[in-house]
Amino acid sequence: MDKVATPPRAAFDRALVRRGELLAAAGDCASCHTAGDGPPYAGGVPVQTPFGTIYGTNISPEPQTGIGSWSEAAFRRALREGVSRDGHLLYPAFPYDHFTHLSDQDIGALYAFVMTRDPVRFQPPANRLRFPLQFRPLVAFWNALYLRQGPLPPQASEDAVWNRGAYLVESLAHCGACHSPRNALGAERRDAGLAGGEAQGWYATALNDQSPSPVPWTAQALATYLRTGLVADHAITAGPMQDVVHSLAHADAADVQAIAGYIQAQMGPPTPERQAREAASRQKAAHDSLAAIQPSTAPPADEAVLALGAAVYANSCAACHDLGRELSSSTALRLPLAVALHLPDPRNLIHIIRRGIEPSDGEPGRWMPPFEGSLTDEQLAALAIWLRRQGTDAPPWQEVLRTVKESGDAP
Amino acid sequence: MIVINVNGRDQQIDADPATPLLYVLRDDLQLNGAKFGCGLGQCGACTVMVGANAVLSCITPVSLVGRRPVRTVEGLGTAGQPSPLQSAFIAEQAAQCGYCIAGMMMRAQALLERNPAPSETEIRQHMAINLCRCGTHMRILRAVRRAADDFKAAGAPGDHGNGQRSL
Repeated sequence: MDKVATPPRAAFDRALVRRGELLAAAGDCASCHTAGDGPPYAGGVPVQTPFGTIYGTNISPEPQTGIGSWSEAAFRRALREGVSRDGHLLYPAFPYDHFTHLSDQDIGALYAFVMTRDPVRFQPPANRLRFPLQFRPLVAFWNALYLRQGPLPPQASEDAVWNRGAYLVESLAHCGACHSPRNALGAERRDAGLAGGEAQGWYATALNDQSPSPVPWTAQALATYLRTGLVADHAITAGPMQDVVHSLAHADAADVQAIAGYIQAQMGPPTPERQAREAASRQKAAHDSLAAIQPSTAPPADEAVLALGAAVYANSCAACHDLGRELSSSTALRLPLAVALHLPDPRNLIHIIRRGIEPSDGEPGRWMPPFEGSLTDEQLAALAIWLRRQGTDAPPWQEVLRTVKESGDAP
Repeated sequence: MIVINVNGRDQQIDADPATPLLYVLRDDLQLNGAKFGCGLGQCGACTVMVGANAVLSCITPVSLVGRRPVRTVEGLGTAGQPSPLQSAFIAEQAAQCGYCIAGMMMRAQALLERNPAPSETEIRQHMAINLCRCGTHMRILRAVRRAADDFKAAGAPGDHGNGQRSL
């Protein structure tokens, strides 16, 4: 499409810009398009994919390196079809397979928002992709297979809030980009939507009826979680989800409520199995110490490993996580209620122990110290094995030490 | 009896295995550089190095240290012969009450040994765990920057004759 002169800020209605700002927060555009402490929307964030590293583009309204010369029609085509203004195909790391469902109205508001940001002249680094994926026309095959354009039909049997939630989750918020499993070609599996996926080496939990959360989510708890990252005695956000929460805190409250309602509806009413898991988890959490719990159904395990895990817990973890020993200023999560212990693999637990939990920059919040370096790989693995055994009735994780070693990327 | 290696010397410790490394350093070995701040790994005053990492010694049981070498601020240099990092802290006058400084130095030391030329962002992210209640953070950041720049100006890492790197 032809270049256009960058529209002046005054060309955009302020209310429209504000709507776009709220929508950009709901979509967390900044997570890929704003680098750490870099200028907003100037791009440069490395996005790791199984196919290589792709850098978020500059979407500030700068004509040479950003999208200052893009018309609204070009912007709409990029979101809906994954085609850049000059006609080259964008990589699906940019979730146009979700954005394709966006309404004209919302695209107009997003356009008004990005075109009124400060223009920044910045060329993000070149992508580093596995051969032959540097050859962009190949994406056309991917699009033919997986891109389903067009609006999502509203469900007449559901109310307006449900439909708003469905629209946001499936399009702008692109929850499935992390929370759905992907096939060998990196496309989300439609037969397993929101059934659990991966993000930057973290397991992104299932948001459907397979939800592993020991405490079943209510729509209200989810809404609180999505806006604050914290639900007492239930969940605290960590890993890539922290950025999402940080962004959703600035989105429209009613939209976040709608997202929470739709996600909760995907989980459905707790099955008897999930209810039993909740009861067991709450009963375990009521013990003064995790060490006091008698594992009921746990299969035999290596006594030396369990002893080491128990020792690590007693000396490094119990000071905050055992009942009655909470900090004065906040309360550490009761571990049998922590979803990280109930997941199919120990990656998230290992990441959290290693890196700890810290609030986003400039935000108040709970803080857990990083144990990177304090614990050896063997000690960390033993702790994870012991926590799983004490805190849940789930089968033991396999290959924990190997997972620890493979995820030891941080120095 | 537990044996740990501190500042290059093996030390026999008669302590409960659950004892935090910090207590062993201060009470058994009279190495009082590392400080007790919160005891919960929330402030960084107790930071020492274990192996190549800066760790919070108040939440690290001595029995988990094993054969990994422990380094404290006393192992960096002396008042008469401060290490380059300590000299940078002096040059920037990066202390007010000084309670946090030993921890700050050991965390910075771990960074500079791993990455002798850190960016401003890397320094800030790495140091974020350690708190200073006097508000001397800006000077502390400058001191770390200065130590890295001095290191660069001096060229390749030297050796003080004690097997330790020259930062």
